[in-house]
Amino acid sequence: MAYYILRRILQVIPVFLGATLLIYFMVFGLPGDPIASLFGDKQPPQAVIDAIREQYRLNDPFIVQYANYLAGIFRFDFGTTFSGQSVNDVLARTVPVTMRLAVMSVAIAFVLALIIGALSAIWKGSIFDNGALVTALIFIAIPIFVLCFLAQYFLGVQLGWFRPTVGGQNDWGDLWLPAIVLGLSIYASSMRLTRASMIETLGQDWVRTAYSKGLSRRRVIPVHVLRNSMIPMVTDTATQFGVLMVGATVTEGIFNVPGVGNTLFRAITSRETPTIVSFVTIFVVIYVLVNLVVDLLYGLLDPRIRYVK
Amino acid sequence: MSSNSTHYVAAAQTETVVVDQLHLSDKKSNLWLDAWRDLRRRPTFWVSVVLCVFIIVMAVVPNLFTSVGPSGAACDLANSNADASAGHPLGYNFLGCDIWSRLVHGTRTSVLVGVMATAISTVIGVIMGALAGFYGGFLDSLLSRVGDVFFTIPYIIAAVVVMSVLADYRNEFVLALAIGGFSWASTARIARAEVLRVKQSDYVTASISIGLSRFRTMLTHVLPNAMAPVIVVTTLSLGTAIVAESTLSFLGVGLGGATVSWGADISQAQTQIRSAPLALFWPSLALTVTVLAFITLGELLRDAVDPKSRAQR
Repeated sequence: MAYYILRRILQVIPVFLGATLLIYFMVFGLPGDPIASLFGDKQPPQAVIDAIREQYRLNDPFIVQYANYLAGIFRFDFGTTFSGQSVNDVLARTVPVTMRLAVMSVAIAFVLALIIGALSAIWKGSIFDNGALVTALIFIAIPIFVLCFLAQYFLGVQLGWFRPTVGGQNDWGDLWLPAIVLGLSIYASSMRLTRASMIETLGQDWVRTAYSKGLSRRRVIPVHVLRNSMIPMVTDTATQFGVLMVGATVTEGIFNVPGVGNTLFRAITSRETPTIVSFVTIFVVIYVLVNLVVDLLYGLLDPRIRYVK
Repeated sequence: MSSNSTHYVAAAQTETVVVDQLHLSDKKSNLWLDAWRDLRRRPTFWVSVVLCVFIIVMAVVPNLFTSVGPSGAACDLANSNADASAGHPLGYNFLGCDIWSRLVHGTRTSVLVGVMATAISTVIGVIMGALAGFYGGFLDSLLSRVGDVFFTIPYIIAAVVVMSVLADYRNEFVLALAIGGFSWASTARIARAEVLRVKQSDYVTASISIGLSRFRTMLTHVLPNAMAPVIVVTTLSLGTAIVAESTLSFLGVGLGGATVSWGADISQAQTQIRSAPLALFWPSLALTVTVLAFITLGELLRDAVDPKSRAQR
């Protein structure tokens, strides 16, 4: 296990360096000028351009710039936003909100996916199963912002069950609407994975053994089948996390949830490139870490993983 | 072997007894023929095919479906949020433009960017995956790590960064490059896995042993036999690329200016959600139906080609 952990951590290093280099290259190596794009159609005075270039050290050679940027990441210094706040201050304010939203939506998605996926697998081919599959396909096809507006219009404006936007009041209970939307956007693939994994497990020899030694269905399905079917769902979490980050950006923007995603959303719509870079970097760092943790967890859950390759 | 041959076994005594009877069909059978036989019996397949063809025709010749212009002089602020009238079946949006016409003309942007982005990501993915899988060794490690790097950055986020930096260079191709250039990693993984599998086949060994170069073998024998899962993923990623285009346009970093895009229309209509919800509803519906059509087609294709997922139906 120690060898597995060490190897997995060593594998993260080139991926992390590559990903940050790629982001940095996209912003400062491509033909567009990140400074000019801050001003839209108007041309700023040369002195302003020079000052900003100095601030972001754009006059240094590319590799020096990248080294500075990387050093900043290791000092947990992600720079300042365009309005002059330190990114760390913004994070301290926004991360708790996003964490609440993420926990709620992942919980909604997983509970729904487990229940409906398991029932679908048990009643494979039934009307329930087909209905669940069609619904899942629709949720996969529907873009997240369309889902946001549907929920906002029907559940928020028409039925008045939830407030259409969140704003300053953002405790657990205020986040239901965005959490449901975000949860539904990741629900579909989790549900299909649960179903596929359950069907595969149900066909295993040891399930037949469990039945033939006289265990009831009530015991075999939750204890033997469901538990073993959940292993693929753990790795799926890592993949879903990318979807969740993009989803959170759009959802927080539309419902005006003052979280990390919302900050990125505002930065994108007002074209503040340096702020976008800071937040995208943070997203990638989190994504790499989450993938690492999930892989380690996978190795813990399924001993076979530790020895292959 | 002749068809419907019957096998006889001599019994210990005198008479002969039929032990089994083979019904071999003369019909040709391969992966795609089997898939076709499976698909053509499915109504969902035909519905999604008809929808996809309809959408593509609409993208190629929008004037077949509407004679009203989508923007510019065809819009009249006097018609702002006006209801449907003769010749304008879906009414007008906030800026007084005909909604149906904007839907029809928006199809082109979605399909064009979607197809180009998918083509880019498939070409890069297949090249990277095939080289990594076929040659193995150091090249495999190198290309797989590069793929991991691209896999680490969610491609919509990467495209947002590219498009906001390239604000002055916005056109369909750059947008497609931003989406396709960052979404190839999953195609590469699938292509690599399939090439690794096909590489084990006897005909590949045979091809190399009769003197064909390794590169020629890869091109003529390995790649064609490894394409099935790639084609399935391509159909599916056409749907996701269309979502990516509309998301970027919605965020305001898609195609700017006069280009008609569903995502941009949705973004513009969102401020009117209370007063004119239909202006928001129609482009959302068009987008969802289009994506659903391509994704359904891709999933049916996957089920038909992959016996494992067929077993789970």
